[in-house]
Amino acid sequence: MENRIIDQQLELLRNKTLALGEATEKAIEQAMRSLNDRDSELARKVLEEDKLINQMELEIDRLSIEIIALYQPAAHDLRLVIAIARITPVLERMADHAGNIAEAAVIINDEPELKPLTDLTLMASTAMTMLRNALDAFIAEDAEASRAIIRQDSTIDKAYRKVFGELIGMIVNDPAVTACAAQLLFVAKHLERIGDYVKDICELTVYLSEAAFIKHSPPNGDSGR
Amino acid sequence: MNKISVSNLSFFYGQVQALHDITIDIPEHEVIAFIGPSGCGKSTFIRTLNRMNDTIANTRVEGQVLIDGKDINSPKTDVVALRRKVGMVFQKSNPFPKSIFDNVAYGIQINRLHENRADLNERVEKALNDAALWNEVKDRLSESAFGLSGGQQQRLCIARALAVQPEVILMDEPASALDPMATQKIEELVVELKQKYTIVIVTHNMQQAARVSDRTAFFMLGKLVEYNRTEKMFTNPDESLTEDYITGRFG
Repeated sequence: MENRIIDQQLELLRNKTLALGEATEKAIEQAMRSLNDRDSELARKVLEEDKLINQMELEIDRLSIEIIALYQPAAHDLRLVIAIARITPVLERMADHAGNIAEAAVIINDEPELKPLTDLTLMASTAMTMLRNALDAFIAEDAEASRAIIRQDSTIDKAYRKVFGELIGMIVNDPAVTACAAQLLFVAKHLERIGDYVKDICELTVYLSEAAFIKHSPPNGDSGR
Repeated sequence: MNKISVSNLSFFYGQVQALHDITIDIPEHEVIAFIGPSGCGKSTFIRTLNRMNDTIANTRVEGQVLIDGKDINSPKTDVVALRRKVGMVFQKSNPFPKSIFDNVAYGIQINRLHENRADLNERVEKALNDAALWNEVKDRLSESAFGLSGGQQQRLCIARALAVQPEVILMDEPASALDPMATQKIEELVVELKQKYTIVIVTHNMQQAARVSDRTAFFMLGKLVEYNRTEKMFTNPDESLTEDYITGRFG
């Protein structure tokens, strides 16, 4: 039976984090859709809603500090608060990247369409799936699933290198597309960063679950135990 | 180096077994916190470390307690010398109905540790200094100890324990009746004193255990459930019972 006062606060903290995660997921999805559908209106909506995401971050920060000050969490409770306090800015930065993608979309949508970039779409869908799974694994405190998600980041990195090569090739062949291709390069870079941030979330889930720090350990896919 | 080494210690009040097969090593110059619900045996356990339980009728000890490698329950042990070496401070400060000076001087005098009056004065001053009380009482040494505040009385009891040059200090909830300022002074003192002494402190205050101790031992129902470095105990304990206790799920 959980009937401690702190449990209500931790549940609230968990729910707010999940809400921030969902808002971030939605921002990335809409930013990519604004690019694919050439919908600048949607892109501007993503930028507008980033302010709400910033507010959610501040709210979680405030609650985390309050829980530490008022309830002195220990052991698993403490690890949960610390993990959330560190995941929150990661999610907020991911949402910033979504905002940057939306900004690029507004510019790109005014330019003639380049050939469809299937690898960019692959990067985005991989990143979004990873994020959704990472948030599920966080709530389930599933360290094994988190380790598996970390390994998926190589798919994004591989696609990034491919997209990068393609876009540079386009610029070389036709310098007139440079402005648009450069924006797409930024989009690819943002998606690549989002993948890295998902890894950060997974590392914090491993910390929450096992009290093990796997950050900065050799990238053999399953270290730090 | 282990100052205290306890192996397979069991303790009985008549037919009732209060401690079950406790094995624990306590290193020198460390602070060890004992935590656990009321009645878990932690106070009984620390009293086995200077044979304070001898004063209770119909009790029995099994197993071994070594201090500096010597079996304290051996018939050869001088119990008075043992209790001088292993001093004790209790939950409720219990100064003698005497002056501040005499409270500290008493143990020195009955143990004849001093050479002359000047030496006695020096030892009293040193003990009061070590207990972080000297500056507050130096101008009123001849006044009754009962005129001191609760926190000062508790530090006087610590000074009294230090005066007879112990090596181990057992503290049974030394700050539980004190306000936050007085508690902080006792905690600072505990951390300071570990340079010279080995300290075992029983506390119900989890944050206090976390703040002052190097290692924490968790007792339940007369058993030692977990003994670990304090930072490990409060961030990732090995036992789920420990986790439940320190996070307030029971106890």
